[in-house]
Amino acid sequence: MLRVTWRNLFARKLRLLLSAFAIVLGVAFVAGSLVFTDTIDRAFDDIVSGSVSDVTVRFDGATTDENGGLIPDARSMPASLVDELAAQPGVARADGTVEGVGLFVIDSDGKLVGGQGAPTLAFNYNDAPSITGEPAVTVVEGEEPQGRDEVLLDERTAENAGYEVGDTVRMVTAGTVPELEAELVGIAEFGGGGLAGASLVLFDTPTAQQIFLGGSDVFDSIALTAEPGVSQDGLAASAEQVLPDGIEAATGDVVAAETEELVGTVLDFLNIFLLIFAAVALVVGTFLIINTFSILVAQRSRELALLRALGASRRQVTRSVLLEALVIGVVGSTLGLVLGFGLAIALRTLFGNFGLDLSGTPLVFQWTTGAIGYAVGIVVTLIAAYLPARRASRIAPVAAMRDDIALPESSLRRRMIVGVALTLLGAGMMAAGLVGEGNTGASMVGIGVLGVLLGVALMSPVLGRPVLQGLGAAYRAVFGTVGTLARENTLRNPRRTAATASALMIGLALVTTMSVLGASINKSIEVAVQEEFTTDYLVSSPTFQPFSTGIAERIRDIDGVGEVVQQQSLGSEIDGDGSFINAADGGAVAEVYDIPVVTGTLDVRRGGIAVSEQKADSLGVAVGDTVTLTFPAGDQEAEVQGVYEQSNILNDALVPLSTLAAAQIPRQDSVVSVNAAEGTSPDELGTALDDVVADLPIVTVQNQEDFTEAQRASVNTLLYLIYALLGLAIVIAVLGIVNTLALSVIERTREVGLLRAVGLSRRQLRRMVRLEAIAIAVLGAVLGIVMGLVFGVVLQQALADQGITDLAVPIWQLVLFVVVAAVVGVLAAVLPARRAAKLDVLRAITTE
Amino acid sequence: MTQSPAPSPVDGVEPAARASGLTKLYGAGEAAVRALDHVSVDFLRGEFTAVMGPSGSGKSTLMHCLAALDTVTEGDVVIGGTSLAGMSDKALTTLRRDQVGFVFQSFNLVPTLTARENILLPLAIAGREPDETWYDTVITAVGLADRLDHRPAELSGGQQQRVASARALVSRPSIVFADEPTGNLDSVASAEVLSFLRRSVDEFDQTVVMVTHDPLAAAYTDRVIFLADGRVVDELRHPTSDSVLARMAAIQSEAMSAPPAAPEG
Ligand SMILES: Nc1ncnc2c1ncn2[C@@H]1O[C@H](COP(=O)(O)OP(=O)(O)OP(=O)(O)O)[C@@H](O)[C@H]1O
Ligand SMILES: [Mg+2]
Repeated sequence: MLRVTWRNLFARKLRLLLSAFAIVLGVAFVAGSLVFTDTIDRAFDDIVSGSVSDVTVRFDGATTDENGGLIPDARSMPASLVDELAAQPGVARADGTVEGVGLFVIDSDGKLVGGQGAPTLAFNYNDAPSITGEPAVTVVEGEEPQGRDEVLLDERTAENAGYEVGDTVRMVTAGTVPELEAELVGIAEFGGGGLAGASLVLFDTPTAQQIFLGGSDVFDSIALTAEPGVSQDGLAASAEQVLPDGIEAATGDVVAAETEELVGTVLDFLNIFLLIFAAVALVVGTFLIINTFSILVAQRSRELALLRALGASRRQVTRSVLLEALVIGVVGSTLGLVLGFGLAIALRTLFGNFGLDLSGTPLVFQWTTGAIGYAVGIVVTLIAAYLPARRASRIAPVAAMRDDIALPESSLRRRMIVGVALTLLGAGMMAAGLVGEGNTGASMVGIGVLGVLLGVALMSPVLGRPVLQGLGAAYRAVFGTVGTLARENTLRNPRRTAATASALMIGLALVTTMSVLGASINKSIEVAVQEEFTTDYLVSSPTFQPFSTGIAERIRDIDGVGEVVQQQSLGSEIDGDGSFINAADGGAVAEVYDIPVVTGTLDVRRGGIAVSEQKADSLGVAVGDTVTLTFPAGDQEAEVQGVYEQSNILNDALVPLSTLAAAQIPRQDSVVSVNAAEGTSPDELGTALDDVVADLPIVTVQNQEDFTEAQRASVNTLLYLIYALLGLAIVIAVLGIVNTLALSVIERTREVGLLRAVGLSRRQLRRMVRLEAIAIAVLGAVLGIVMGLVFGVVLQQALADQGITDLAVPIWQLVLFVVVAAVVGVLAAVLPARRAAKLDVLRAITTE
Repeated sequence: MTQSPAPSPVDGVEPAARASGLTKLYGAGEAAVRALDHVSVDFLRGEFTAVMGPSGSGKSTLMHCLAALDTVTEGDVVIGGTSLAGMSDKALTTLRRDQVGFVFQSFNLVPTLTARENILLPLAIAGREPDETWYDTVITAVGLADRLDHRPAELSGGQQQRVASARALVSRPSIVFADEPTGNLDSVASAEVLSFLRRSVDEFDQTVVMVTHDPLAAAYTDRVIFLADGRVVDELRHPTSDSVLARMAAIQSEAMSAPPAAPEG
């Protein structure tokens, strides 16, 4: 039996390659995602170990909010503490650190460097070593910065911004001074290697204190270095002795672990995001393999029957087919791993464009990646081949004697029952997931969607019939006999046609879902913006960075400016519930925005808070109740003074600016709303505003139209990224069509010969194959789009209270998908059709 | 007017197909097989001809070459007055469609099409409307009027071959070639197919050439041509099964005693 298997494999190299290709792509995606995220992981590990000191003396309390965003913290420690710590036993040196937040370098063209992705890290320069023993930062060119007018940059940033040593570097800050200039006196190198795209900006200590800490001789934290032989814990214990309340000594290991956990959350998200697409590719690939093996088994049924007649047991037949699958799995996985490495390089480049520059870190290929790649590839292939293999073993030995062999097929009725059950189960999971919360809810929706897709795929031989018959009627009317032949070919094996179409269906169902969701999000934004965006202009940062309040001051100085309302957004917790809060003068907000108040007022006084209706419901609070707000510097009680209807302007809650001061959070602006004064046209004001922000690239001035456009653009960017990733599933589906058609043509060699003998021209033959391919592709497209519409509508309805309030169906886009599917069909038919047309008539007729 | 490829009206009856000096080699050099060796033969209009000979004598090869399914090494084939020499694949396809009917030993019908659709296939491919009266005549003669909406799988072997014969005739070709059309059939089914072919020659003035191993089948024809080693070795008019059998026996014994000699001209 083994020899028979080998013979078969080599006799069908092309088919082997085609079916292996699905596995190659699926495994490549899995491996590529893993390699890429491992590489990011390594890059951040290096950064952490290259920058964390033996012990960090810092303020108690969370320094990050729930989503990993930094909350600015205005608390500082006196320089005297540095000296005290340096005098403690076991301390080799103590260095005060100034961590600048909200500073950006402006390149020589006046644009922000970075901003979108990796952060800009601004520090006071010193040569304190990290836990690796090497200084965290070394000056590799030029000299150390001294005084107000000197600055260091890392090499990549200097290069990207077009600055050389000696040039004047422009910067913007979120502090009281919005703009800053300094001479680039040197280039700094980061001890940990690459910076993953982050920018490094270094000043001398007094200058950093001047910019970020209001000029007092204080620090944000203190880095301690241990004397030789002193452990981190020992060092921390020694430091604790002189630390006042509210300040702690955290060991390097603890800080590193915290940072890694933070990075890990983001990485996990990225990994899951990428692996979902790998899973989609593999599911689609499974269809392709099932189909290929079904056809191969059908074609070999006479041979298998002969083996059975000669005494091979059922198990031997099954095993011989599974062995073939195993070889395909191994070959496919190996190629997939190689390709995955290439994919990781592509991902690195792609993410590099979004600001995550990993060129400083070599790609990390862990043995687990290889193991997972092989496991996934082989298991998927074996599962996919199992059904056809089992069917092969059921061939009766007597079939060898018969002329036309019909393989035992499971009845369509049983398939329908299983399909309906699976669909209902999936729908139930989706429904449960949509009411559920967070990650479990999302994964239940995912599994539900998969269940529905597979259920419909099972039912597709029946569901697809009307589509195929409709198309067939059109074919017959337009293409006559060739059309009839093509129609009959698609109907002669409904399972095969449907399975081939199902692969495309899955891809297009997901694409359609995304496009319906995307269109709905865009429409919802548009509606919300039209309803809520009632000021003439909005000044905000395109990268969601807070900016200096100095900008609002300058705006107030413009002639013809009316109301100017400043808002600062931040993440916090209300009664332990993660919330998105806005701090502003509530009275001013109520004046320029038309936000319906349910009870109480928006004009919250000191120690008060107004919350959205939704938040009030979920917290179970009403006007007059007291809630607890959590900030890094400590908790604050706040009295609920108002409840307002859900609003994109205010989000979950509104607090007065005094609350920020009490929480020691430095004042910055997130959004500034501007109205024109009476007698000034908005256009005039717009021009004046543009002038003010012209040399402040950190902010943009937008009216309603610009704002909608910008929002739409960012939704579309994400959508295109998802389309590109789903494109992989569609490529596999197209390969499936090529494969099925090629195998069908081989299977029908005699018939093709006969048709040619009775006068069918090559052209007509090619057209026949092409029409068959188009029918399969259009069937997949129609089923997929219908399902995608259902998913899209259901998701929109379910997410209506999360802000996707309006449904939009991009009809033309869907029509385009069908047209593209037809074109894809034409392309998929090129090779099989050529192959059919090339067949030698006589050989074809006399073939066995 | 040139002489050779054009029909020669001198005899009064022009040939529906003519092979002149037909040679077909398979392979090259030492290992080459001479399947046909300078075969020249005319098939007259309105005649039913049988081609007989031992296995491997070149019967099928001759059919394929005459029916424009295969290329020849040397010599020429003329169908309905048109020489096949130097024709493109496209022209050959059109010629097959319009001028030649073909019946194979098995697998004659497209399994997805009904009997009617199969019969009309060559016309449909050409985009031509069937000649109603001719179509009715053929259908009546083939005797399958009530089975026309069935697919091949639902027809017996004999019925399938009759459908194939009807298909071969429906476009009124210049000539119909049949390679062992009754090879897979029992005597009753064979008789049905052969009677139909006979009628199409007698009543509808068609031209049929049929390869067979069966002297009983040969007895339905007007003329038997005997092939051996790729050469025409004998010819018999108005055959009976006995005369055919006798002639076959003679050729067989000649072949045994003196292998590669051509007996007569
Ligand atoms: N494709 C081919 N390649 C090589 N040789 C061939 C090929 N087809 C036929 N032959 C050879 O040509 C000769 C004639 O074959 P052909 O099929 O015409 O015989 P036949 O008279 O039809 O025999 P049968 O009665 O068995 O059908 C044989 O020797 C055969 O082996
Ligand atoms: Mg033969």
